[in-house]
Amino acid sequence: MALYQKTATELLGLLNAGQVTSEELTRAYAERIAQVDPKVGAYLRVDVNGALEQARTIDARRKRGEPLGKLAGVPVAVKDLLCAQGELTTCASRMLETYRAPYDSTVVAKLRAADAVLLGRTNMDEFAMGGSTENSAFQKTRNPWDLERTPGGSSGGAAACVAADEACLSIGTDTGGSIRQPAALCGITGMKPTYGRVSRYGLVAFASSLDQAGPMARTAEDAALLLEVISGHDPHDATSVNVPVPSYSQNVREPLQGLTVGLVREHFAAGLDGEVESAVREAVKVYESLGAKVKEVSFPHAEYGVAVYYIIAPCEASSNLARYDGVHYGRRTDEAKLIAELDAERKQLLAAGKKREAESLDTSLVRLYRKSRAEGFGSEVKRRIMLGTYALSSGYYDAYYLKALKVRRLIRQDYDKAFEQVDLIAGPCTTSPAFKIGEKVDDPLAMYLVDLYTVSANLAGVGGISIPCGFSKQGLPIGLQLQGPPLAEDKLLRAAHMYQTATDWHTRRPKLA
Amino acid sequence: MSLSRAEVEKVSLLGRLQLTPAELDLMTTQLSAVVGYIEQLKELSTDDVEPMAHAVPTSNVFRDDVVTPSADRALILSNAPHADGEFYLVPAVLGE
Repeated sequence: MALYQKTATELLGLLNAGQVTSEELTRAYAERIAQVDPKVGAYLRVDVNGALEQARTIDARRKRGEPLGKLAGVPVAVKDLLCAQGELTTCASRMLETYRAPYDSTVVAKLRAADAVLLGRTNMDEFAMGGSTENSAFQKTRNPWDLERTPGGSSGGAAACVAADEACLSIGTDTGGSIRQPAALCGITGMKPTYGRVSRYGLVAFASSLDQAGPMARTAEDAALLLEVISGHDPHDATSVNVPVPSYSQNVREPLQGLTVGLVREHFAAGLDGEVESAVREAVKVYESLGAKVKEVSFPHAEYGVAVYYIIAPCEASSNLARYDGVHYGRRTDEAKLIAELDAERKQLLAAGKKREAESLDTSLVRLYRKSRAEGFGSEVKRRIMLGTYALSSGYYDAYYLKALKVRRLIRQDYDKAFEQVDLIAGPCTTSPAFKIGEKVDDPLAMYLVDLYTVSANLAGVGGISIPCGFSKQGLPIGLQLQGPPLAEDKLLRAAHMYQTATDWHTRRPKLA
Repeated sequence: MSLSRAEVEKVSLLGRLQLTPAELDLMTTQLSAVVGYIEQLKELSTDDVEPMAHAVPTSNVFRDDVVTPSADRALILSNAPHADGEFYLVPAVLGE
């Protein structure tokens, strides 16, 4: 087995035993990336020299017997949405094409403190808005299992790089399913932790009450290790929870006794692909064979999740993205052209006798904002800004935003009631396996409905994990989603590991000749 | 419910986006479809439901009242598209 095929847990064992150096490992990944990434397109940038330098430093420290962090020498890929000081952080947007973060996000700082090797930055839907990574302004990422299909999104690069053995650990972010859905479609393990478990400081904001960073890996063991490193209270994020971080990586191997798994009746309704349904039902049988009880529960508000999400997320996005004004940072339109354009418009209106229209033309500053944003944002980002601005505009606030916040409470109550009866909820992560590139780009609503099973966890703030549980006849991975009560990451990871000790779906690899 | 093109145009000003006529047309159709979908929430009675703004209820998160250095001005301004070393520069807004 090649080095790049091993799990992070295995690699740490080899590194600590002196059987491999971080430099060798980093080279192995660099070669693998050079070999397969021209096909997959998972990375936006790979910093081979920087990574090798970090690796050599860690190797030297290890040789000297210095105390090392929990990921010492293991390469990690980071979604291009988390700030890393002095480095480009583009969010796959023209708006931030040349933006260099002036500080480290807490997640990146924690990776550095754990002595991880930062290998490169992964592709994503622009500003994390999308479910196929097709909204990247820079490149397409292809699903390693079928290069004609999308890897899902928005953390599509983060998922594809793990699936294609271009990294064993990667950081994604999840606002409505952006870790779990691409993990499912690429056949890897991906977890969205409870809101507040991981600091959002330095994570470029999309929808602040929903955003959460989390681990993506091949196994629950590796996800536990990475989550342990990035979790914890952070004074820089007032919403981060001040609760100790359990030893996820130690506990993950302990099976759960007396587990009751809940199946949500509404998850198995019209719209669910038959192959996904049978793979999920088989996975539930695996839990039964491991001693778990299965109980049906009801989420009466499950069907409203997508509607609530597509009010709240765009509303928050329209506010958060107001910061891109062409003044403070990010793209700015050509000012001379803009002034000339406004003058020409004014003259034309006056010549036509339209004095009132000429007077109500944009001021040059307003036009600077509008043009800079029009040039910097892609169509999906514009659509969400428009949707959010509309929903928050005068006269609509109660009908949309306030209504959505109320239904959000009802969705949370569905979870609370379910968790009185069951420990975890198991179900499909996506309605179908990976879809074709281009298949849904012209129909935003169809793309939004892809998020059916994942948005509720963000709205309720609970944790969720997707693990591989089978393949379609066409050879596409299928994901099982487990969801738990707030701060039950430990349970989710242990349940996922139990499943992975009984099955081998997570060990399958795409044939990327 | 469908949005009118004029409404979409007004929202594009509020959202500080300059949209082309073709974008306005497409946005009118697409936003109407999404808003139509969202309208299903009206089926639910929510009169007695407390709105939920955040998943984790927290209040009064304070830090110690200690002065810490702010970010370095030169570093922050290095990302500005147009600055003079001290200020951000914008087109003249007075006297228009």
